[in-house]
Amino acid sequence: MRTAMNIAPDGSRNVADLRDPASFDHVGRDEGADFAAGRVLADLADTDPRIVVGCADLTYVTRLAVFGARHPERFLYYGIAERNMLGAAAGLATTGLIPYVCTFACFSAILGYENIRTDLAYPGLPVRVLGTHAGISMGFFGTSHHATEDIAALRAVAGLMVVSAADPVATEALLRGTVEHDGPVYFRIGRGREQTVYTGVDQLRLDRPTVLARGDDVLLLATGVMVQEALAAARSLAADGVAATVADVHTLKPFPAAAVAELAAAHRSVVTVEEHTVEGGLGTLTVEALAAAGVGTPVHKHGLRDEFALVGPPTHLYRYYGLDGAGIATVARRMHERRATTRLVAEPLWTADDRAAVLRR
Amino acid sequence: MTEALAADTDVVSRLRERSIEMRLANLELVEVAGSGHYGPSFSCMEILVSLYYGFLRVRPGEPQWPGRDRFVLGKGHACSALYPILADLGFFPESTLGTFTRLGSPLGDHPDMRKIPGIDFSSGSLGHGLSIGTGMADGVRLAGRDSRVVVLLGDGELNEGQVWEAAAYAGHRGLANLLAIVDVNRVSVDGFTRDLLDFEPIDGRFAAFGWHAERVDGHSHADLLAAYRAFDERRAADPDGPPTVLVADTVAGRGVDFIEGMAEWHVGYLGGVDRDRAVASIRRMFHREGH
Repeated sequence: MRTAMNIAPDGSRNVADLRDPASFDHVGRDEGADFAAGRVLADLADTDPRIVVGCADLTYVTRLAVFGARHPERFLYYGIAERNMLGAAAGLATTGLIPYVCTFACFSAILGYENIRTDLAYPGLPVRVLGTHAGISMGFFGTSHHATEDIAALRAVAGLMVVSAADPVATEALLRGTVEHDGPVYFRIGRGREQTVYTGVDQLRLDRPTVLARGDDVLLLATGVMVQEALAAARSLAADGVAATVADVHTLKPFPAAAVAELAAAHRSVVTVEEHTVEGGLGTLTVEALAAAGVGTPVHKHGLRDEFALVGPPTHLYRYYGLDGAGIATVARRMHERRATTRLVAEPLWTADDRAAVLRR
Repeated sequence: MTEALAADTDVVSRLRERSIEMRLANLELVEVAGSGHYGPSFSCMEILVSLYYGFLRVRPGEPQWPGRDRFVLGKGHACSALYPILADLGFFPESTLGTFTRLGSPLGDHPDMRKIPGIDFSSGSLGHGLSIGTGMADGVRLAGRDSRVVVLLGDGELNEGQVWEAAAYAGHRGLANLLAIVDVNRVSVDGFTRDLLDFEPIDGRFAAFGWHAERVDGHSHADLLAAYRAFDERRAADPDGPPTVLVADTVAGRGVDFIEGMAEWHVGYLGGVDRDRAVASIRRMFHREGH
């Protein structure tokens, strides 16, 4: 059997002459990122012969090369052919294996949507799809490389579990916690440059959101890379005398509706935060959960609206869309001061003027 | 005539008879639904019969037997040709055939692996099957099993780009245990594949992707059995050798002479008098080909 790649024992690309310090998550810059997945899966595979990994030309950027270096016989390289990789993973799963296939979220979830639905979810196979660089974290690579609809699209797929990792510790906890899950799982993962918000894998329980900060006024429900920004916002709000709870909603399907409703009932307002469209994502799931539980706490869905994001460095984009700590704090403060009487505050609390002000800076 | 050849003739004769019976059983299924994929089902009947009665190692009483050969019906719309075969082999009761397409039946007009014993993968969306097959072929090899993986595709299905992603992968990887069969019945829903989007030479295209490719008469049990034997010989000689594709020339609707080769009969309904004519035509075919 031919193997496609000759990966260095440490999982590095092993080609110094391609290094370009100005590049972005490319050779030369990828060593700073921690995706955890390659290492965790390699560790799991040491004792679990069912685990195999597939990649589609982003082996180094996603750090799955670490797995390929340690388990070359169980590392399958598919080339730039994501749909074939997803289908092949389904075939592998029918033979008793647990395949983990990885590429950017825009290619795994958006390009591969029908394969996820028809090849993985419809037959209910234990394939794990890893979508890294989710949301707008690919920044200036542009709309083709953003994944701002993946939660909305995938929550509609019957029997698919959808989880979202706030940091590498969360990635590890989610990977370890779902090995035996009897069905497909989609992992929404960031750029591997998130600040660590978890102190240990035991801190995350699959069946409930993780409360990472506590306060009585505003409930900030965040997912993925937005969790670190929500925590920064909570610190800023505290300085202004507004007490915020920050909860990481890491499991989006099945959605922990009762736990979310219970948290919301204990606060005066709720702001959901996602680097994703507010149509069908965490905010929509939250509104539905509160309606079902009869909890009347007002909610504002903060995120991208009916739009494709601009291009720019990721941190600049988060600032522009009010998705950094300062922006989230501003939105939460306005929600708190508003004393809303409707259950859903639909108009943007981060306004066109706020965006324009960021551009002028 | 040598003994081996006489035995072969005997086998071929039995398979031929079975292909007639299964066509008639297919007509019965269509009666239940009032709609049938006659063209693409009858074009692959000899392929399915030769596989299930002459090649595949399966256990109808133990459908999930890990050591079995795998079969993926890439062209899932031909499942009404496969269901009677699975029932005849004992994967499920013959009576289940009577529920074909009715509310809540396990037997839809595209096969579901979760509902039907003997179906190794669900299909219906064209272009997926060969990818599934490459995963199965890798999986059984990683497990050290000798299983063969067979994927049946239609010639229209080759329009789907994903087929060629899978073809490239299998050729590069050296999946000698993978056998693709293309049912070249020359029609899809809109007309003749040659006019709509020509993929000939299909064997040449697969060969360029690193496959062992050969053309066979898709209605000749003798040709098909010989090709399966040669496939086994090649993979025994070189387990990391190229995958094999049999480009099987067939006739859409084969056996019902008044619809043969017609794109209009991809899906349709032969009821009443037409059904009687179809039965008569299929029986005539049996005699025409002589025993």
